[in-house]
Order: sequence, then C-alpha cells, then structure tokens
Amino acid sequence: MSKSGKVFWHILRRLSQGVPIILAIVVLNFFLLNLAEGDAVDVLAGEAGSATPEYMAELRAKFGLDKPLPVQLLVYLKNVASLDLGYSFRHDMAVSELIIDRFWPTLLLMVTTIIIAIGFGIFLGLMAAVGLNTWKDSVISVFALITYATPLFWVGLMMIVVFSIHLGWFPTSGMETVAAFYEGWDRVVDIAHHLVLPTITLSLFYLALYTRMMRASMLEQYGQDYVVTARAKGLTERRITFVHVLRNALLPVVTMAGVQVGAMIGGSVIVESVFAWPGLGMLAFESLFARDLNLLLGIFLLSSVLVVVVNLTVDVIYSFLDPRIEVS
Amino acid sequence: MKHKLLDIKNLFIQLPAGADRQYAVQEVNLELARGETLCVVGESGSGKSLTARAVMGLLPAPHVQVTQGEIGFNGEDITKVNYDRLRQIRGSEISMIFQEPMTALNPVMSIGAQIDEVFRYHVNMSGAERAKQAIKLLDDVHLPNPEQIMRAYPHELSGGQRQRAMIAMALALKPKILIADEPTTALDVTTQAQILKLISEMQLASDTGVLFITHDFGVVADIAHRVAVMQQGLVVESGTVEQVLNNPVHPYTQALIGAVPSLNPRKARPRSKTPVLSVQGVSKTFGGGSGLFGFGVAAREVKAVKNVTLDLCRGETLGIVGESGSGKSTLARCIIRLMDTDCGKISIDGVQVNELSRAAMRPWRTKIQMVFQDPFASLNPRIKVGNIIAQGPVTQGIDKAEADARARELISIVGLDERSFNRYPHEFSGGQRQRIGIARSLALKPEILIADEPVSALDVSIQAQILDLLEEIRDRMHLSMIFITHDLRVAAQVCDRLAVMRYGEVVETGATADIFAKPEHSYTRDLLAAVPGKDWKVSS
Repeated sequence: MSKSGKVFWHILRRLSQGVPIILAIVVLNFFLLNLAEGDAVDVLAGEAGSATPEYMAELRAKFGLDKPLPVQLLVYLKNVASLDLGYSFRHDMAVSELIIDRFWPTLLLMVTTIIIAIGFGIFLGLMAAVGLNTWKDSVISVFALITYATPLFWVGLMMIVVFSIHLGWFPTSGMETVAAFYEGWDRVVDIAHHLVLPTITLSLFYLALYTRMMRASMLEQYGQDYVVTARAKGLTERRITFVHVLRNALLPVVTMAGVQVGAMIGGSVIVESVFAWPGLGMLAFESLFARDLNLLLGIFLLSSVLVVVVNLTVDVIYSFLDPRIEVS
Repeated sequence: MKHKLLDIKNLFIQLPAGADRQYAVQEVNLELARGETLCVVGESGSGKSLTARAVMGLLPAPHVQVTQGEIGFNGEDITKVNYDRLRQIRGSEISMIFQEPMTALNPVMSIGAQIDEVFRYHVNMSGAERAKQAIKLLDDVHLPNPEQIMRAYPHELSGGQRQRAMIAMALALKPKILIADEPTTALDVTTQAQILKLISEMQLASDTGVLFITHDFGVVADIAHRVAVMQQGLVVESGTVEQVLNNPVHPYTQALIGAVPSLNPRKARPRSKTPVLSVQGVSKTFGGGSGLFGFGVAAREVKAVKNVTLDLCRGETLGIVGESGSGKSTLARCIIRLMDTDCGKISIDGVQVNELSRAAMRPWRTKIQMVFQDPFASLNPRIKVGNIIAQGPVTQGIDKAEADARARELISIVGLDERSFNRYPHEFSGGQRQRIGIARSLALKPEILIADEPVSALDVSIQAQILDLLEEIRDRMHLSMIFITHDLRVAAQVCDRLAVMRYGEVVETGATADIFAKPEHSYTRDLLAAVPGKDWKVSS
C-alpha cells in the first residue's frame, strides 16, 4: 500500500479509537462535576433572592435535575450521541451554539500562539546552538530562563500596564472594538491589533520551553556520528546545520508541542480572563461559577476532541518527518 | 619505494587538561603508498582512531588538536591547509568509513540523498547525472536493487548493507585514500568477510591507499600489507605484515599476538554422563497479536527460538555460537527464566522449571546464574560493588554479615583488590567490571553459569585474562557452563562442545574439535571459512 493510503487507514483507525476515549472522558467529567456542591437552580434561586422551595423543585423538575444521577447520565449520553449538548439555562442558548460561537476566538488565539511559540522557539534554539557560548547564546538562554520562570497572569497584567496603559499601543481587553462596527479588512486589522498582547502573553512560556528544548536537541544531534560523516564528506557547516542536524533536532520538539496543546487550553483560561478575550476559557470560567454543568461538560467535550485530533495530527506529521516511524 | 600518498611525521595530538595523559598520540610516524593497506592496530585508548581523524582534520576542536608534526598528503600539510581546501579534500581525495554504519548515516535522509550530497558538494553535475552515478556506485558495491536502495532509509537496510552504502558513498569520487575506522567490528563474521573482500576489490580497481584501523589481528592478517602497532599513543612497532605478525619484536606486540586465541580447538575434557540441564523443544516467538479492538494489522512475528533441544552435562562447557539474530541470547534468557518460553521443557537436575510460578522458581534461581555481555550496562551505577555481589544471597534469605563476607571472598577470587567492596562500578575498567559481574553471578553458588558474550566488549589482552578466570572458576567450583559467543576463536579455546545456531534453530551440535575438523552443516562451514586470519597460525 502507498504511504498516503496507509496514512488514511491510520487516521481512520485512530479516530475510531478516539471515540471510546472521548466517551470515557464524558462519563468521568459528568460524575466529577456532579461531586461539586450545588447546581444551576441554587445559583438561579440565589440570584433571584426570594425563591421558594416549591419553585426550586419545579425548576429542578423542568431541567431534569430531580432524576437520579445514572438516569441523568444516560439522558446526557443519548443527547450527546445525537450531537445535542443540551441547553444552557444561564445563557438561554443551546450549548452547542454557544460553544461554537466562543470556539473561534480561542482557536484564533491558540493557532497564533502555537505558530509563534514553535516558530520562534525553533529559531531561537537554533541560533543559540549555532552560536554556542557566544553572546547570542547567553542572551537567548537568559531570556528563555526568565520567561520560563515568570507566571502567565503576571506577564499579562504587566503587558497591559506597560503597553496599553502607559504606552497606549494596544487595547487593554476584548477581541474587537465593538462600537466601531468595522467591516472587511478593517475588522481583520482591528482583531489582529487586539490579538497581539494575549498571544505574546500565552506564547512566552511555551516559547521559552521550545527554545530550551531546541537548543538542547541541536547540541545533542551535533554530537552524533552522522555529523562526523557529513563533515568527512566535505559538506559545508551550513548544510550540516540546516539539513542534517535541524531535521533530526526537530523531532523531539514536535512531539512535545503535540503534548502541550492540551496544557495550552488550560493556559488560555488565565489569558482570556486577564484580557477579557471572549473565548472558551473565559466561558468555562464563568460557567463554573454559575454551576452551568451542561455548558461546562460541552466545553470539556470539545477540548478533549481537540486534544485527540491534535495528537493525531502530530502523529501524522511525525511519520513524515521521521521515516523510522511506521504508520500501520 | 612507491610514491608516498600520506606521510605523517612526528605527530603530536594534545588532549584537554584533566585527561589521563597529556597527548593522545606522540611522535607518530606513518606512511601510506598508493594501492597499499596500512593497518593501525591497538587496544581501546591507544590513539588509533584520533590519528585517523587527524588525517581528515576531524579532531573534536578546540579541545583536542594537533600541536606538533605534520600530516603530508601529496605534498600538502593537512594540519596547515585552510578550511576551504580541507573541505575540498574531505570526501573527494580522502574519505572515511566508520565502525557503526547505523549511527554514521543520517537516519532521516534516504541513502540516495546522502550519496548525492558528495557529488553536489564536489563536482558540477546535473541532478540526473548524479542519480545515475549513485545507482552505479550502489551496484558496484553489490547492493541488490540499487534503484530501491536509493529511496531506502538507513533503518530499512541490514548492517552489512548499510556498510556497503557507506563504502559506496566514501568511494564516490575515487579518493586517493580511504580511512576505515573499525569498519567491520559491528558486523557479523560472514558479513565482515564480505565487506573486507569488497574493500580490497574497490582498492584494486582504483589503486586507493587504505588506512585501516582495527583491534583484530585476524583482520590484519587477511588484508594488511604493512602494520603499525599503537600503545598509549605511541607507535611501538611497525613493519610489513609478515614481520610484525610472525616475528614481533616489541614485547607489547608479542603480548597482544599471544593473547589472540588460536583456532585449533583445545583438547576436550572427559565428559561426565550426568546431565544437569536439559532443554527440550523450546520455542519463543515475539510480536504477533493485533491492535486494540481488532483494528490493527497483525504485528510482525519473530520466531526467535525454534524447537531447540540441548543437553548440558555436569562440569562441561557448552558453546552456543551464531551470528546476531540467531536467537542465542533469547535462548539463554529463556533458560534462566528472564523470559517465559512458548512451549517445550527446560529441566534442571531432572525437574522441569520453565512452568514454575515466580515464587516456586525462586529457590531454583540460585542454581543457575548469568554473566552479561556489557560490563558497563549490567551493573547498577548507584550501588556499591560489595552490595551488588551480596544482594543475591540477601534476597535468598542469607544473613547480611555472611553475605558480605562471601562477597569479600569472591572479590579476591576474581582477582580484585579487597578495597573494591566499597567502591562504585564507574571506578573500574571494563575488564574489572566483568570480574565484578562474574563475582556477582558466583555469589549464589550456582551449579550452572550462563555467560552471554562475556568477553566481546573487551580488548584482546583483557579478554584472555577473563577467559582464564572463567576457566579457573569453573574447575574450582565444579560449574557447568553455557558459553554464548559469536567468536569461533574464543569458542575453540573455551568450549568442550558446540551448538551452532542460525535463525533460531540449532543446525549442528558436536564436540568442538569435531565441528572444527569436519563441519557437517553448510552454515557451519561458511562460519568457519569467514573467520578472519584463519590461514595465519598463531605460533605461541
């Protein structure tokens, strides 16, 4: 079978293996969230201020919260199977609609972050390794160490203080200037303008991580026998670095990046809260306090699907980068 | 005197401060002429590889560098030429092949691309022309299906094929000098014979000078015109192959050659009739099965051991010989129950042990012990030597003080200083560590000792010492031994009987002398024919 044919079957097989994994995650999350005290009715009643126990019972019956847990789970699973994620009473919207709405801002933030973190991480790591023990290496290594050790939320707040409040270069929060009603390219530019600070904040930590990894990986590969062979063949140092060493050094970084996408979703909760970015992270944060379990479950489901898909993508990319890995 | 291609004069290579000696090599003088093969022989640490690298300007600068002397190549001094000229020389006028062809090739680049680079960086040729040349080269080194090999990645080839591809790459531009740094050490003996033949074939075709680094006198006897023997960075003796091999002058050369085991089997000792270990119809298969939920394609199955039947009698040494992948190590691991067998019977003293539960097996573990190949990897670096040896008895319920006393006794039996008890393994050399490994295996007073390639990671002089030690211990402790090796010379000196394995099967068993004199199976004949230096009689 050709390579592309093999890859196709591999993807199909892996996707079908992903289904039970996601199912297990859904069940686990369902019980985990129900362990927490209180439900949406408590919060609604608390906000209304004067709800009677009868009214609360009526609400519970309406939302289906009076049934025993296993029954609630089965109902939920049945609905999920038909792609119905339920209804958010808090937002008065279907969960799926709400999530999709908030998914795009998060996806935008994540994709730009990944590109910047991996791209610059690889570039800086490469520069540091090539100029080992020179001032370039020192500067990059110190930069990586500092950004690695700085907490995300603090970076976010400082970014706002310096670049938004003092310098006024970037907006403090949000994804676009809603009041301006931009259309077309103007809107794209406006969103990009809003995107700068959150992206830098979220990517700094990962940037530092990939820089350090790439540097270590390059140095390790420089010590390999095939580099001596390449020198013995009379190749230029440039060729050895960019063709022989670089490709081998990339492999561990790609693996790491795949694993980290899940963690990045967690990181986006903080960044979205700090910058009031209207994404999934912020939605998850709000729904947690509103005990909007349906919504929370929906977000978790989407995240787990995302992680499964990203891991699969990384595997496929990896099989093209490293011929020793067979997709079967 | 023929035209001198390479003329190394008074070469000094300095090691970084803090190394065990100041110079890696001192006062080295070597010459190489067209069409000639110069073998540089020496044990590990003798400086032979660094000398070879210096010729290519490949020393790991700036820590290690040439501080004195010159390396003359066709009138130029390689230690003085500028970088661009050096790069031009590398790969086109002098090229190199290495010990381990798996790591010497870039794992993520196809063979074709790696050969192509040599042309791209040295001559002006169109892509199509380069590809045609590369295919021709692969054909010249007798690789089957050159077009397919062009697209293959290193891991898809066997060790011998990879080394052939390396040779094709090295000889792409018909260099004047080929430097071969232990190119066959990692290969099986039959593959080694083919690669050596290939190198001399290629040498003949273009009158190349070959600088061949090796530790194996058998190989020297087969291919060298002239020999230089190195010890601790000095060339202690050099001359023609006849002079050096048959009439060595320097005591070190004499000792080295004396340590090479002879191919004449030693006399078999009288064989006792009582079997201590019997292996009947044992098989072991790896892999197989299918993926999760039956979606997976069945994984590749490897039948590592197929229906093997063997007997070991009290006091005898049974050699299991075979090439890599023949299943000899797997068989050993099955016998000692590091792995479970698929089927068959393994009995010690008439009791079947391979079906026993873990707990029931424990008392039997004292009866059978193993010495491993790699003395560096097989000792836990964080445990002191005394504890490594005493651990086994303590696990078996022997009092700690008594176990320690026994450990001290064993340390002196294997010829180590008694202060070794409180040291860590990294403080010892390879040969000393192997002694620790042997002491460890003896701590449980076993009846049967399985030695899995116990000397193949050691230099030849150390190898001789360890073999003597094993022999002494076997007699002293009345051990029965299974000795696994790929080296027929070692087998000839150590084993009473031999079992020859290939592809997981025992193809032939018999007394060592009989097998050497009248090999029955064609594979045994091939193995014997491939032993390097078989026509060279060790006089001592």
